[in-house]
Amino acid sequence: SSWWSHVEMGPPDPILGVTEAFKRDTNSKKMNLGVGAYRDDNGKPYVLNCVRKAEAMIASKKMDKEYLPIGGLADFTRASAELALGENSEAFKSGRYVTVQGISGTGSLRIGANFLQRFFKASRDVYLPKPSWGNHTPIFRDAGFQLQAYRYYDPKTCSLDFSGAVDDISKIPEKSIILLHACAHNPTGVDPRQEQWKELAAVVKKRNLLVYFDMAYQGFASGDINRDAWAVRYFIEQGINVLLSQSYAKNMGLYGERAGAFTVICSDAEEAKRVESQLKILIRPMYSNPPVNGARIASIILNTPDLRKEWLVEVKGMADRIISMRTQLVSNLKKEGSSHNWQHITDQIGMFCFTGLKPEQVERLIKEFSIYMTKDGRISVAGVTSGNVGYLAHAIHQVTK
Amino acid sequence: LAAYRTDEGQPWVLPVVKKVEQMIANNNSLNHEYLPILGLPEFRANASRIALGDDSPAIKENRIGSVQSLGGTGALRIGAEFLRRWYNGNNNTATPVYISAPSWENHNSVFVDAGFKDIRTYHYWDAAKRGLDLQGLLDDMEKAPEFSIFILHACAHNPTGTDPTPDQWKQIAAVMKRRFLFPFFDSAYQGFASGSLDKDAWAVRYFVSEGFELFCAQSFSKNFGLYNERVGNLTVVGKDADNVQRVLSQMEKIVRTTWSNPPSQGARIVATTLASPQLFAEWYDNVKTMADRVLLMRSELRSRLESLGTPGTWNHITEQIGMFSFTGLNPKQVEYMIKEKHIYLMASGRINMCGLTTKNLDYVAKSIHEAVTKIQ
Repeated sequence: SSWWSHVEMGPPDPILGVTEAFKRDTNSKKMNLGVGAYRDDNGKPYVLNCVRKAEAMIASKKMDKEYLPIGGLADFTRASAELALGENSEAFKSGRYVTVQGISGTGSLRIGANFLQRFFKASRDVYLPKPSWGNHTPIFRDAGFQLQAYRYYDPKTCSLDFSGAVDDISKIPEKSIILLHACAHNPTGVDPRQEQWKELAAVVKKRNLLVYFDMAYQGFASGDINRDAWAVRYFIEQGINVLLSQSYAKNMGLYGERAGAFTVICSDAEEAKRVESQLKILIRPMYSNPPVNGARIASIILNTPDLRKEWLVEVKGMADRIISMRTQLVSNLKKEGSSHNWQHITDQIGMFCFTGLKPEQVERLIKEFSIYMTKDGRISVAGVTSGNVGYLAHAIHQVTK
Repeated sequence: LAAYRTDEGQPWVLPVVKKVEQMIANNNSLNHEYLPILGLPEFRANASRIALGDDSPAIKENRIGSVQSLGGTGALRIGAEFLRRWYNGNNNTATPVYISAPSWENHNSVFVDAGFKDIRTYHYWDAAKRGLDLQGLLDDMEKAPEFSIFILHACAHNPTGTDPTPDQWKQIAAVMKRRFLFPFFDSAYQGFASGSLDKDAWAVRYFVSEGFELFCAQSFSKNFGLYNERVGNLTVVGKDADNVQRVLSQMEKIVRTTWSNPPSQGARIVATTLASPQLFAEWYDNVKTMADRVLLMRSELRSRLESLGTPGTWNHITEQIGMFSFTGLNPKQVEYMIKEKHIYLMASGRINMCGLTTKNLDYVAKSIHEAVTKIQ
């Protein structure tokens, strides 16, 4: 007999299921709109030129492979903090922050969750927007938290349920933890406007909530790194000492290299040092110290003026292509003769789009047109190209007319 | 943190690693897409094959699984998190976890942070005889509650450098089998210890041949010199494919909330190397270079101490294996070494053999001699 006889089979990953079915499909017109990675206009993965250049620089330097410090590559963490907070940020300049390298967005979120579990005894509740990224719930649950929700997406309008959000957040018990998507909300693509962010900051301050920002798409959402970080910076300026998780998976295309960072804004530099020491104590028994490759690439890009300029152009290029696909999808739907209001497709931002399609309609798209997406009607706009956007519009019109 | 050093006292990027990195850099078909949650398939299969052997019955019977992890630490943590959730009941945080006295200091933290509440030590180092306290170890295993988890160092015990002999491993396995104790191997030095992959994996393979279900946390930090790329692998050996499949599906859930999927670069280097007979041979040669240098430093240090007539016995220096050696120096003697001779040891008397070079051997030997003769 086995020690593991009672171990249950884990549930199949829903998104993986979509990809598996897509792979099996022999229809030449098939489209994979479940993919969570950027694709170029030929539907291919895109390695940024600035990344290739940074890699060439690394290769020529012939560096050793000595362990990084537990908190990661210092040039990387400092540049990450500056990217998120802005070089003129008082919090950045005064040094009242600590940034540690994390294993992309997930690892950074988890470090923060574990840190809160150990040091934030005021609450065991984390409030997520409804809906949120599927992995947020198990991450915080595994760290020992209970998950609650605040209204966010309005399925009737396919946009932000702002009054619902404010209403719910106003009622969150003091000192609870609230998670906010800094930009390009995943999975809906629905972001608050700056005026709405201002109101949210006021409510959050009034309720004395601990704010945890997840920023996985800085630069990738609007094409402008400062614009995408606006909410994070505004909250900090309002005196809210936030926690922040950053990922370089999408905005630098470094997915598999696992480059990310976790930041805590503190009262002062001395507090930041104490927090840092505790973060290291958490990280060491997880994986000792982080992987160098992705962080080194990101660091070289951020810290080399020419490469940084090039990166800003390339990330804008990716964001612009996504925006252009949204625009083309809507205009193609109009051309097809659709009478529905598809404005939300261009109002939403980032990689993902909540189309508003119902499960039955999604099923038809998959079965009749070989267009694959998740049952909630979410599409990855990254999977749309100028070559297939017409087909997509045609298919959507067929199932919704 | 401990890393290999050349005879010039410098870090060493293995020639085969440089070669393979260049191959990867030149391969324009490669991109930076996500790896699967459990890691790069070619890496996982090859890494486990290295630990268990090409002719492993467990591999033939398709009852092994692998989880690419962030270094050996990451592999230990995923294994620990899984055991806490699924071993000896559901979420049984009371299962005792036994760690050798002494051990790598991070072992304790890994299992505490994974949620285990009862961490104990088992006798290991006998300071008086400067060797393995086998009887103490076996006694602890006899007395341990059934189903206890034992962390075993596959080879090159850290920090003592003292490993059980094959006969001693057989005795250990017999007790563990009889008392239903779970073997969790930590294999951070395969190849690096003796220069032979097979020899350094003997214990793990013996346990597999005895029918144990076990975990083995592998690190490629030292034997590939890939320290900062965080290349590790958790090898799972189970009773049959079905059990292993279910175990892996649950480990996948744990990975997803810890790091989602592992880093690509280091795994690619190792997979490419292990999958090519020529590159594998080059790697083996590089590993032997490192192991041989450490073995040479051990024999040179011992012979100098014996020539100097340094009081005490010094055969343990060559009988111990791997990166570290428990010299037997007491804390006062260690303090002398640090303060007066500027030679840095741990208070335990642990020395990193990689710090020895042909240039400093005489100085180190003389310093040990002084410390032992002047300080009691």
